Amino acid sequence: MSAHAEAAHEHHHGPPAANQSSRVSPAVLGMLLFIASEAMLFGSFFAVLFFDRVVNPATTQWPPPPFEFPVFVAGVNTCILVTSSFTMHWAVQSIRKNDRAGLKAGLVLTILLGAAFLITQMVEYAHIGFNTSDGAFASTFFGLTGLHGAHVFIGLSLLTFAAIRSFRGHYSPEHYHGVEIPGIYWHFVDVMWIVVYTVVYLL
Amino acid sequence: MENPFRSEAAAFRFLLATIGAFALIVIGSAINPWLGLAVALVLSVGAVVLYWRQRGEGPARHRVVAEPHQTRILVVANETVEGAELLTAIQARAPGGAAEVYVVCPALNSKLRHWTSDEDGARGAAQSRLDRSLVRLGDAGLDARGEVGDADPVQAVEDALRVFGADEIVLSTHPEGRSHWLERGVVDAVRERFDVPLTHVVVDLERVS
Repeated sequence: MSAHAEAAHEHHHGPPAANQSSRVSPAVLGMLLFIASEAMLFGSFFAVLFFDRVVNPATTQWPPPPFEFPVFVAGVNTCILVTSSFTMHWAVQSIRKNDRAGLKAGLVLTILLGAAFLITQMVEYAHIGFNTSDGAFASTFFGLTGLHGAHVFIGLSLLTFAAIRSFRGHYSPEHYHGVEIPGIYWHFVDVMWIVVYTVVYLL
Repeated sequence: MENPFRSEAAAFRFLLATIGAFALIVIGSAINPWLGLAVALVLSVGAVVLYWRQRGEGPARHRVVAEPHQTRILVVANETVEGAELLTAIQARAPGGAAEVYVVCPALNSKLRHWTSDEDGARGAAQSRLDRSLVRLGDAGLDARGEVGDADPVQAVEDALRVFGADEIVLSTHPEGRSHWLERGVVDAVRERFDVPLTHVVVDLERVS
């Protein structure tokens, strides 16, 4: 055995107080910081959108003629994404009741619905009739919906890992964090889409 | 309003509330744009007020109070946690068992398993080693408790120091050449990062066997 104490720390006296720097617990603080960073990221895109729609005197109509947003297709896509939240909720509730078939089915359905959303969005991009070079409104549109699409892709990746693990027999009613945390993320991706759809397409 | 980040069920309810709120905003806007704005403002203020009135008390805070003349030793080890050299080093710092020992076993995991949140196996193995170690320390007359820590040993030390104000850290590794922690400079990193005396104990499990 070779043991050597640190001479450099001879000035230390007594135990230091346990270090908790604020009244907020570390877990909640970490999540709040994550929300804040996401809010700032999306907020910067929404700021551009509102500037273009409200402040920019060149924009008298949204979207500027002759362009149009595919409100109906995006509405159907919204229904698909909201439905995927229900299947996600079903998956988590299933594993809480030790229903492994429900967990697997819920995760697979959620992944399929999420993939359908992304594919529909890509088809929408292909047929929308304008591109990023067609003005600030187009850049804003592709920026916001593309940013959200990237979040959907990340969520799908997380759910794929969770699904693979569920088929390998992981998770139990006592230990299902690996499903629950992607589930929370997925619901907030949906929440963000509700905001994006309402502000960009409907209002 | 329940914190929607605490559980999937709370996040799902938050989604339903969002759908309802934005449906009202859209209906209001269809009637009159200013009505839509008013609905949005009222709902936003209402949500904030509801949250502040229902958020309740925060989590209980634990104060660490050290017994006088009792040394507090933080032990960080993984595969070597059951080594005889480590036990000897701890006993040398706690004559007559006059020490409070907190053992942290980092749940070492492969990078792929870490990134896919597949930590159950690593945590289970670390927990088994920790349990056996605590029994052994208890048999030696030491007041010992512990936890499974973060896969990164330096992070595990930081996490442990937040709940256990240690007088000294005892960090155990395999000998040079067989220790990933030594190769990664974990001992030096702990020494530099924390203002707590550090003892490095080398446990040669191959020599014992």
